[in-house]
Amino acid sequence: MTEIENVVVIDGLRVPFEPGQTILEAALAAGVWIPHLCHHPDFAPHGSCKVCTVVVNGRNGSACTMRALPGQEVASATPEIQERRRTLLQMLFVEGNHFCPGCEKSGNCTLQALAYDAEMLTPRFDHFYPNRRLDGSHPDVLLDLDRCILCELCVRASRDVDGKSVFAVAGRGGDCRIVVNSPTGRLGDTDLAIEDAAAHVCPVGAILPKRVGFSVPIGARVFDAGPISEVSPHLARTEDGR
Amino acid sequence: MPDDDLETRAVDAALDRHRRDRTRLVEILREIQDDLRWLSPDTLTAVAAGLGVSRADVEATATFYAFFATRPRGRTRILFSDNVTDRMAGNRALYRRMLAQFGLSGDETSADGRVSVGLTACTGMGDQGPAILVDGRVVTRMTADRVDAVADLVRRDVALADWPEEFFRVDDQVRRADVLLGGPWVPGESLSAAIARGRDGMLAEMRASNLRGRGGAGFTTAVKWMAARDAAGGPKVIVCNADEGEPGTFKDRVLLASHAGKVFEGMAVAAWCVGASEGFLYLRGEYLHLKAPLEAVLADMRARGLLGRSVLGTEGFDFDVEIRMGAGAYVCGEETALIESLEGKPGRPRIRPPFPVVRGYLGRPTVVNNVETLCKAHEIAKRGGAWFAGTGTRQSTGTKLLSISGDCDRPGVYEYPFGVAIAEVLADCGAERAIAVQVGGASGVLVAADDFRRRIAFEDVPTAGAMMVFGPGRDLVDVAAAFADFFAEESCGFCTPCRVGTRLVKRLVDKVAAGHGTHGDLLEIRRLQSLMARTSHCGLGQTAANAVVDALERFRPAFERRLAAVDFEPAFDLDASLATARRLAGRDDADAHLVQEFEP
Ligand SMILES: Cc1cc2nc3c(=O)[nH]c(=O)nc-3n(C[C@H](O)[C@H](O)[C@H](O)COP(=O)(O)O)c2cc1C
Ligand code: SF4
Ligand code: SF4
Ligand code: FES
Repeated sequence: MTEIENVVVIDGLRVPFEPGQTILEAALAAGVWIPHLCHHPDFAPHGSCKVCTVVVNGRNGSACTMRALPGQEVASATPEIQERRRTLLQMLFVEGNHFCPGCEKSGNCTLQALAYDAEMLTPRFDHFYPNRRLDGSHPDVLLDLDRCILCELCVRASRDVDGKSVFAVAGRGGDCRIVVNSPTGRLGDTDLAIEDAAAHVCPVGAILPKRVGFSVPIGARVFDAGPISEVSPHLARTEDGR
Repeated sequence: MPDDDLETRAVDAALDRHRRDRTRLVEILREIQDDLRWLSPDTLTAVAAGLGVSRADVEATATFYAFFATRPRGRTRILFSDNVTDRMAGNRALYRRMLAQFGLSGDETSADGRVSVGLTACTGMGDQGPAILVDGRVVTRMTADRVDAVADLVRRDVALADWPEEFFRVDDQVRRADVLLGGPWVPGESLSAAIARGRDGMLAEMRASNLRGRGGAGFTTAVKWMAARDAAGGPKVIVCNADEGEPGTFKDRVLLASHAGKVFEGMAVAAWCVGASEGFLYLRGEYLHLKAPLEAVLADMRARGLLGRSVLGTEGFDFDVEIRMGAGAYVCGEETALIESLEGKPGRPRIRPPFPVVRGYLGRPTVVNNVETLCKAHEIAKRGGAWFAGTGTRQSTGTKLLSISGDCDRPGVYEYPFGVAIAEVLADCGAERAIAVQVGGASGVLVAADDFRRRIAFEDVPTAGAMMVFGPGRDLVDVAAAFADFFAEESCGFCTPCRVGTRLVKRLVDKVAAGHGTHGDLLEIRRLQSLMARTSHCGLGQTAANAVVDALERFRPAFERRLAAVDFEPAFDLDASLATARRLAGRDDADAHLVQEFEP
């Protein structure tokens, strides 16, 4: 009997994997870049942004939720798939209110960095201009839902790491929004602390620690150094905490 | 305050009735809302405290379902069914008439707090619409007179129980019966046959029957049952999917109304085969009127020993069924979303694998089957797999129920052997002049007249059971707009392509319908459909734009007639958007208006 190798082939590259790993985990471990937004190595697979969608043996699936299996031929960086990713990012941009030049997350923002990387040059669709809430009630953390992309990283961080369940997604469809766990609905009335993982995990500028906004100037930030596909994708969330 | 007492009592009573069980949150919220009319912020806080869960999680569930009100609303809540067939039957004019009766202008509550009037998705009454829901009870066959009568009853504060019974009449309207609709239910006959065959013997019959699921996807039932039988981790669960949310479908309603014994016995046969001890019937909120009669059938079956401990005296075979109500969410028909809902959560589809047969309700192996599939299991238990496989086509055995509505003389439920041609069905229901039919509901396929030779079968045109007929003179742009509205309302919002894509498609179709569309917009709709089909998390997003694109491709002239003659047109009207500024400035002269011009 021949031994079955634990290897997947991604765009022609042989990528080894540990049994149980997802395609995305195997790829990132091997230094192969697959764009992703709602995935974070510290949390359970989620699969909502769909930016990591690849074609595996002819079928579509999210790389962050599909287990790597021997014999998989994965297409990821093809022009067609990149075009899809660009469209998904354009969807996220028009759904919220993203004024990058005035956003203190600029340069540390995964959404912005992915858009640059995908060569997204225009918003393409008409903006929705949603009327979303800004909550400044917490002494140390600002919640500006204008920029929320519903990746649920804050939900997962608060529930699974902090053990607090401060955040949840309420509503349905276009009405989906992050809500917080307090009778008033205000962040200041929750038990969120600035030390919590949930206060630092947001990939965009929806949850921001206060009073550190421009301590690292724009231009010297994580994704100002190079494209996200070359800069380690999770630096933005771990290094300076924002 | 007396009001606080009322609220505390209602919340406590509901929590106690459900043993403070977190998985029963949807039922708990339903019952509290029945008492208090809406779910106030304080109510949500109290429920969270009573269940010991995060208030945000309770809010998440309360705001996910369309039938829950988290803002104050009228003492009576009227919702007009707004499927495309309801629109064709004139529901919008009736809706406006109802609004006018109360001096309301749109989806809102009257100032005296007496009534709210709004729209809702297909209520499963396509053959006897336009229908409305009044405080969750369905009123069929709305006419202008009936609108006035309802308004009068509401104004006089007459309790729903005292309304004319005729208003609530729901007919089966069976137009063509075969083995399922024509056959009798002899209590215990099929279940005892299944038990006599033994578990493996019954599964062998299921395999021989080649029965495929009637809920849409057409998965082979025997394979699903065997996977659940072989899965580790018990106690196993059988779920009957009675969500029937697909617009234009109502055949499960008829089965539940008149053949419930077959449905429940089918569930018991499934339980026997996989070794399950617990069953749920997940009933869509729109079918509240069926709940009490179904409970009665269950009680009768328990009395006959067909459910409960040691079913039919078989030592070790314990199985019972509980009815759980949905609360207005199409996506809860998707089996993993349904399971989330059964656990008291928002109905968002799970990552698959693991599939429910391996890890479903509370992590236990769970079989989810459609109502009609379970009736078919009942037939197979009674008469054997080979007999069953003798009807239909090779890959689609047995008969299939179709719910037929729209432009035809005889709407209702029709049962045919699989393989029947669409043309034959149309002849039977009196729709020979149809220009198109939508098969399989909003997520199905639009078939134009030159394809009416095609057959209803998994090999050709598959269907969960809907057939909506469009006659001469119907504009397919309006049909496309209705489907686009539906999906934009019903997307669960979990994944980007569906949450944003359904709204983009709706905007583009509306733009075309309003005469502002361009060829570029039609192209964009197609590109969005392709993206959504390939990247969406579940079947809802994957199919959401199919009908729109079908309409575009097969009825192109209808769309082109409505296009603006330029390559680019903005979706907004520059001049109209200045209206507020004009009002503020108190001006309306020529110079305060803009002419919008674009170079072609
Ligand atoms: C958005 C969506 C809605 C669905 N709605 C229903 C439904 O109302 N009833 C149903 O039986 N199946 C529905 N399904 C299919 C179920 O997920 C599942 O395949 C079916 O219940 C399995 O039963 P079957 O094998 O007996 O067909 C739906 C699927 C999707 C993606
Ligand atoms: S607030 Fe941030 S982390 Fe939370 S869902 Fe929105 S984008 Fe994701
Ligand atoms: S496809 Fe739509 S309904 Fe399905 S998970 Fe995604 S957002 Fe939800
Ligand atoms: S990273 Fe895979 S779906 Fe978001």
